[in-house]
Amino acid sequence: MLLELQDIHLNFNAGTPDEMRLFEGFSFGVPEGEFVSVIGSNGSGKTTMLNIICGTAQPEAGKIVFDGQDITSVSAVKRASWIGRVFQDPKAGTCAHLTILENLALADNKGRAYNLGRGVPKNRREHYRALLRQCAMGLENRLDTPVGTLSGGQRQALALIIATMSDIRLLILDEHTAALDPKSSETIMVLTDELIQKRGITTVMVTHNLRYAVTYGDRLLMMHQGRSVVDKRGDEKRALAVDDLLTVFNDISIEMGN
Amino acid sequence: MGVVINVLKVTLEEGLMYALLAFGVYLTYSILDFPDLSVDGTMPLGAIITGVLILHGVNPWLCLLAAFLMGAGFGSVTGVLHVKFRIRPLLSGILIYTALLSVNLVILFLFNDGNSVASFFRKPTIFSAFPASLIPETVGGLYIRQLVVSLVLVVACKILLDVFLRTKCGLLLRATGDNAGFVTMLARDPGRSKITGLAIGNGFAALSGSVIAQAKGSADQQMGVGMVVLGLASVIIGLSLFKGARRIRPTTAVIFGSVAYKACLSVALALGLPTEYLKLLMAALFVLALIAGDKPVLRRRLKHAA
Repeated sequence: MLLELQDIHLNFNAGTPDEMRLFEGFSFGVPEGEFVSVIGSNGSGKTTMLNIICGTAQPEAGKIVFDGQDITSVSAVKRASWIGRVFQDPKAGTCAHLTILENLALADNKGRAYNLGRGVPKNRREHYRALLRQCAMGLENRLDTPVGTLSGGQRQALALIIATMSDIRLLILDEHTAALDPKSSETIMVLTDELIQKRGITTVMVTHNLRYAVTYGDRLLMMHQGRSVVDKRGDEKRALAVDDLLTVFNDISIEMGN
Repeated sequence: MGVVINVLKVTLEEGLMYALLAFGVYLTYSILDFPDLSVDGTMPLGAIITGVLILHGVNPWLCLLAAFLMGAGFGSVTGVLHVKFRIRPLLSGILIYTALLSVNLVILFLFNDGNSVASFFRKPTIFSAFPASLIPETVGGLYIRQLVVSLVLVVACKILLDVFLRTKCGLLLRATGDNAGFVTMLARDPGRSKITGLAIGNGFAALSGSVIAQAKGSADQQMGVGMVVLGLASVIIGLSLFKGARRIRPTTAVIFGSVAYKACLSVALALGLPTEYLKLLMAALFVLALIAGDKPVLRRRLKHAA
């Protein structure tokens, strides 16, 4: 296993009348190279799980093991050296006032010192162009454009390139197509899959789009109230259809009394 | 005619000297998005350190360095208060400014025989010692040494700052003000970047204090009053003057802003405005600059240009 969450416990507002138990002994493991799609209704714990993996939320009990090492108490900043993350908000993954080139150069230097050396290396332009060409959005011809002038879809494509350009071991996608129009959303999802396949990056993707969850990835996890209710991989996953998942969603709603 | 030229020259000199302060404010306010009030304390700190050191016979150029380092030291304390103890930016700045009110007086008390003004009129300064002594004192009856030295100093600092902002460290600083989460994703602590920026910003404020004190031949606590407003106004006026001009670097715009702001004040004084109204006018001009500059739009553009 590359990543393992072991027996995670987490309550929100512990000790108050609003106490909400989210995780009570949640465990989840991702082997190296696997691409997991995670679905689930609001409040099912998907995003909190990602936050626990990335270190921006701390479990009350349980262990997070990454590549055999216990990283439960490792800071979010340190974990970011092996983890790449793309958020729902396209603005979150780039700097609006820096140019595309400057954004890429900063990300290119990840893992090395940010010293008084030249910020934008001269001989890397071609490499950056090649990276951007994968998006097929013409971004490779706009290296000196401030990122703030790009559209949401273009910015998210750039954020994706930035998140995957260094030697990360794990890619976290946090509803990264949810804020885009249907066409951009489709483009970004196709690009995401290409990037992941090309490099074989271990990926956890949270999505509200059931079709993406069914179509993409090697494994599908459906969460509900801090537990996994569906966990299928391989042929079992390939046999899943969007309607099957909708049925599970409905059953859960009925169970909840809706 | 001679009088007018002299007023122009003095305005230009002062504008240039205060441009150093505006560089610092540009770095903290525009780039880091941190409204830093400690500048009101670090600017006179630089002046007072310089006064005391010059009185003790220290080389005036070395005083510039000492002032910068002391300013940077206190600036980083502002940063630590904010980053490590999560105190709000405005409050962190006010706290350091308040503390510096005492620190500055204590320095004067300990090293200036308890005198609240350090006067060093006859001592060598960067405007009289080598290499400034190589510049002819007057050209056509006009004292030009101060103008030449300030100009060289400001241009040198501008180039250094421009180069710095294009280094890896400088880019990371700009990214920090823009999107701190981005810096975290690069596995860097954005807090450290903020502290670095505040250190450099306040270093510039103290540097400008040192230069201004050397021009005046004296230093006291009073010099710091209204420096935040002056610095911010210079930055905002400068950047709105050159709003559309992509070719003009923001640091250049800031220099022009500082000179323009000083020019407005000189004009008012020349027209007979009593000096007690000066700070009122400073504030009023700043408000005008803010309104005319249409802040949010301006700030976006300004960072584009950076």
